Amino acid sequence: MSKKLTAAIVGPGNIGTDLMYKLLRSEVIEPRWMIGVDPTSPGLDRARNEGLEATAEGVDWLLKQDTLPDFIFEATSAYVHRAYAPRYAEAGIRAVDLTPAAVGPACIPAVNGDEHAGAENVNMITCGGQATIPMVAAVSRATPVSYAEIVASVASLSAGPGTRQNIDEFTQTTSKGVETIGGAAKGKAIIILNPAEPPMIMRDTIFCAVAPDADRDAITASVHAMVKAVQDYVPGYRLLQEPQFDDPSDATRGATKVSIFIEVEGAGDFLPPYSGNLDIMTAAATRAGEGMARAILEGAQV
Amino acid sequence: MSISGAVELNALTRTWRDTDPTSDLDIRLTDTCLRDGSHHKRHQFTGEEVRAIVGALDASGVPVIEVTHGDGLGGSSFNYGFSRTPEQELIKIAAETAKNAKIAFLMLPGLGTKDDILEAQDNGGSICRIATHCTEADVSEQHFKLARERGLETVGFLMMSHTQPPEVLAAQARIMVDAGCQCVYVVDSAGALILEGVSDRVAAVVAEIGHEATVGFHGHENLDLGAGNTVMAVRAGATQIDGSVRRFGAGAGNTPLDAFVGICDKLGWNTGVDFLKIIDASEDVVRPAMPEECRLDRMTMMMGYAGVYSSFLKHAGNAAERYGVSGARILAEAGKRKLIGGQEDQLIDIALMLKAEQDG
Repeated sequence: MSKKLTAAIVGPGNIGTDLMYKLLRSEVIEPRWMIGVDPTSPGLDRARNEGLEATAEGVDWLLKQDTLPDFIFEATSAYVHRAYAPRYAEAGIRAVDLTPAAVGPACIPAVNGDEHAGAENVNMITCGGQATIPMVAAVSRATPVSYAEIVASVASLSAGPGTRQNIDEFTQTTSKGVETIGGAAKGKAIIILNPAEPPMIMRDTIFCAVAPDADRDAITASVHAMVKAVQDYVPGYRLLQEPQFDDPSDATRGATKVSIFIEVEGAGDFLPPYSGNLDIMTAAATRAGEGMARAILEGAQV
Repeated sequence: MSISGAVELNALTRTWRDTDPTSDLDIRLTDTCLRDGSHHKRHQFTGEEVRAIVGALDASGVPVIEVTHGDGLGGSSFNYGFSRTPEQELIKIAAETAKNAKIAFLMLPGLGTKDDILEAQDNGGSICRIATHCTEADVSEQHFKLARERGLETVGFLMMSHTQPPEVLAAQARIMVDAGCQCVYVVDSAGALILEGVSDRVAAVVAEIGHEATVGFHGHENLDLGAGNTVMAVRAGATQIDGSVRRFGAGAGNTPLDAFVGICDKLGWNTGVDFLKIIDASEDVVRPAMPEECRLDRMTMMMGYAGVYSSFLKHAGNAAERYGVSGARILAEAGKRKLIGGQEDQLIDIALMLKAEQDG
């Protein structure tokens, strides 16, 4: 497979820049454009240094070019993506959306990556969702999960103004993903921004309520297998402890409580390693885009 | 009142009356035993208990009563403990019971949402208290905006205030006030502040926002300084004060509201609360709802000493028992890791680490 499909990254901020370094290593996608709106953005210069064509004239400029990208990776805001997604679709450009806009179906590569390989637009949910939903799915493929709750703790420095001003969107989008992709009958999400110095590495805890007679060994095996699947695209994804099982009691509302403790260390491509929450987004977006690209390239070969 | 003897000269530079000309209060008190006490009660309040406590506090003249899950709206969870009675039901009962007192509720962005605020208002809550870690005030902007649009009175909580110097708290208070907050509290969540540590912080916040908003203080007893710290806060310009009757709160409990009413009487500060009635309410109504008194012991003192969020107490105790390790060591490690409010889940990870050390 020597041919690569082309991509434009929209949004030359921290996320867009980190994503660029990951895509530069891809075997199936070539990042060719970096699109911004502010000529002073250092992300545009970084992109030029890597050989991309960078512009501050926005997506309108991109869509007027003779050659259009096969993919757009949206690293701006939900508002911008909602406004532009129809125009990408009209131009036949596939979109991988790193904002919470949720225009397309939600994608967690380790869980449902294949299902949406043919979609024209996929959404990456939230960083907390990328880190925790695989664990909920790992439990729910072993046994029914009546309720799942995730707690994502991230370094304050890694939470930008978008997350801060729309923190309700984080909890609501993530809890919905815990249900629809994680497979829990009911989901809940909690996010904590911790300002400790030196900055803390992203930590996530996943609690699942399962039946008292659920097969604990099967759950543990499923969790370990899923951790490996995520590590395939997020090398710094680690299980900190063996899954813990608490027997049913009033405190667990009669269910067996499964507790899973995760740490996510970033690859340090552009963002500092503590911000595993950002790394898992760009890594997952890269993996999702590559899956879509392979589907196209393989389809073309047939 | 005559029973308290001679009133000392304790003139205040700022009073609640300055803010609210219809009021004759020097200090406006909020009792929080039905919210902070929810931690001590492991979130097991019944509707009957809430009705009885609100009735007694209201009859004593307490002007504001806070009712919510200990961790705020949406707190009922594995991480913080499930509520026996849904908090919205308790807020409704409280609002129906109170004749004069206003009902306040707490919410923490990242856990509760705007929808929860609207539901609490529908159930009769009229004061929306929004809490963030004391460096993260900007996560509360959307919630303050909504609360003000809906006509709710607003309060902002800067939690774990001992971790930051006065000027940082002042800058964070500014963010809250600009977003629509009407009163910013310096919150000593860990009971770790000591006297001037309180007054310096309150004074800095007063200097920054005092001409636009009021300032409050919320104390804990973990190093036995709740009431003393609260007096320091009032002298530095705080005009809204939290306490819990009989200390009924997280950790070693809150500033004892009943004792603080007596202190204010003796200092000549009008709180509008009848001391004889509140001490009867404390003994006859609040005490029976408490699983045990809030105490200074090695666990709670360690919280003040290591600067640990007070509501970690019961969760550290559970983890210590479950894994056979020292609860005080769990708390000391929580302080070392600089955990903040909400990270109760990490206490289990710490217990497992201590167990591995112990077994290894």
